[in-house]
Amino acid sequence: MKRMIEAHGLTKDYGEKRAVDDLSFTVQPGIVTGFLGPNGSGKSTTMRLILGLDAPTSGSVLVNGKRYRQHPSPLHEVGALLEARSVHTGRSAYNHLLALAQTHGIPKRRVLELIDLVGLHEVARKRAGQFSLGMGQRLGIATALLGDPKTLLLDEPVNGLDPEGIHWIRNLLKALAAEGRTVFVSSHLMSEMALTADHLIVIGRGRLIADTSVDEFVRRASGTLVRVRSPQATRLRELVLGPDVTVTSTEPQLLEIGGLTTEQIGEAAAAHGIALHELTPLQASLEEAFMELTRGDVEYKAGEIVVPGEAEKAA
Amino acid sequence: MTSATPQISIPRFDGTGTVTQPRVALSEWTKLHSLRSTRWSLLVATVLAIGLPMLFAAVTSSHWGHMSLRERADRHPLDIALAGVNVAQLAVAVLGVLVITGEYSTGMIRASFTAVPKRLPVLWAKLGIFAVATFLLMLPSVVIAFFGSQAILGRHHILQISFSHPGVTRAVAGGAVYLMLIGVFALAIGAMIRNTAGGIATFAAIFFVIPPLLNILPTSWNNAISPWLPDAAGRSIFSLTHGAHSLAPGPGLALFCGYTALAIAIAAVLLVRRDT
Repeated sequence: MKRMIEAHGLTKDYGEKRAVDDLSFTVQPGIVTGFLGPNGSGKSTTMRLILGLDAPTSGSVLVNGKRYRQHPSPLHEVGALLEARSVHTGRSAYNHLLALAQTHGIPKRRVLELIDLVGLHEVARKRAGQFSLGMGQRLGIATALLGDPKTLLLDEPVNGLDPEGIHWIRNLLKALAAEGRTVFVSSHLMSEMALTADHLIVIGRGRLIADTSVDEFVRRASGTLVRVRSPQATRLRELVLGPDVTVTSTEPQLLEIGGLTTEQIGEAAAAHGIALHELTPLQASLEEAFMELTRGDVEYKAGEIVVPGEAEKAA
Repeated sequence: MTSATPQISIPRFDGTGTVTQPRVALSEWTKLHSLRSTRWSLLVATVLAIGLPMLFAAVTSSHWGHMSLRERADRHPLDIALAGVNVAQLAVAVLGVLVITGEYSTGMIRASFTAVPKRLPVLWAKLGIFAVATFLLMLPSVVIAFFGSQAILGRHHILQISFSHPGVTRAVAGGAVYLMLIGVFALAIGAMIRNTAGGIATFAAIFFVIPPLLNILPTSWNNAISPWLPDAAGRSIFSLTHGAHSLAPGPGLALFCGYTALAIAIAAVLLVRRDT
């Protein structure tokens, strides 16, 4: 039994605008795969294409070996939490889940079981329109788990959750993956993905930017940059410069060297009797790595924020 | 990332039930009766269908002594008995539109189409369940309205009409059939327009705005066109008599069913093709 999501050249146009552009990737079972991209990069559109809610302009996407629409019991194959709320505001959580369960002959007992799991027992008979964002997300999780699906598709599941809820979701995702399920989770927060995901699919403006493990992603994006402080910085600069080495300097005695390890720089300095006051490997944070990779792929960018004090200093 | 496997146990479920039309119908029944707006709309439709004829009967009965012969001649007991149908149709039509547009405005449609990605079973189930619910509620309502108004008009022999009088049973049952078809037609319009205000406006335009506008046309044109409109065709189902410029009940019913089928067909094609 195939338990994966396979996209081949997936493309979606809305009028003139290309929301998803020739996207190909595979989501494997047994791990949490993060689907990362800035807001408006096409994550939600891709999710809708996977579920057959929107039809691709070209390309295709298969879930567990078939197009989603071809599955005779879709809720047992894929559980989905969509970013935009998909609950009738006038209906209670219980009746919402029951109505969806009934399409597959899933009994009431299962509905009650999931209401307990997500902690909505107290409010199950209240109209969903009165729910907070966090309660809405919990109802969405219950909906996704209704058919005990092999594959889970969760669009921004931690949105609106309190810290305890976020912790709960992380553990839930890991538990689901540990059971051998395919777990595909989107987020625009790199820090969130760093804590939950094992593998990353990164997109920007609908295009694939990276398809790697989380560790590899950080290594690739940050490169090896070393900060060196030395009274003989100018001499050191001449020593280390080479075809694959970049050196930048913002202060007279400070260098930022790319393309060499701390060991190589330290040895080179020692060999020529250069004193070093600092030798620090700079690891870009995940957030920076993400920003670096998606730079230029951000659809809507805010202007630089100028802090008054900083501006004067710069001037 | 390397923390121990967390201790959340997801309760397992071994069912492998497939999506079937009866299951989707049961789901749609749950959706229909679990909304407050449904219960209110159907209550209003029932109260109007029964209450208005009673009210008109009472007013007619008490004013009978002051009415001219000509005025009296214009009063027909069946018109009084079925007066509620004209108003109840508004409540039924609004609910029909809401049954589907309510899902689009709240986003529920995405959950519905994720559970039933072939989509058409959802449309058939909505139409079927809503038609049955409307008919089962409206049939007793119009029957009660008939006997109730007749009882109130009991003092006036000329306003008495037997249920077994030719065409009366058909006209009374026709009132319920008309309301059911109006609801189905409105649901199909809602599925096409996907927006509550737009759906209700479209329905109102077809049934309440276009027919009177035709009066501006030359009479011969109006007489030629009017009987074939959905509004007039539908009305012939519950009219006791028909004139030179209106259809007989049978052809009227057939034509109205045809319009409804056409609306459903367009809705079905759009439902499958469009993005959600």
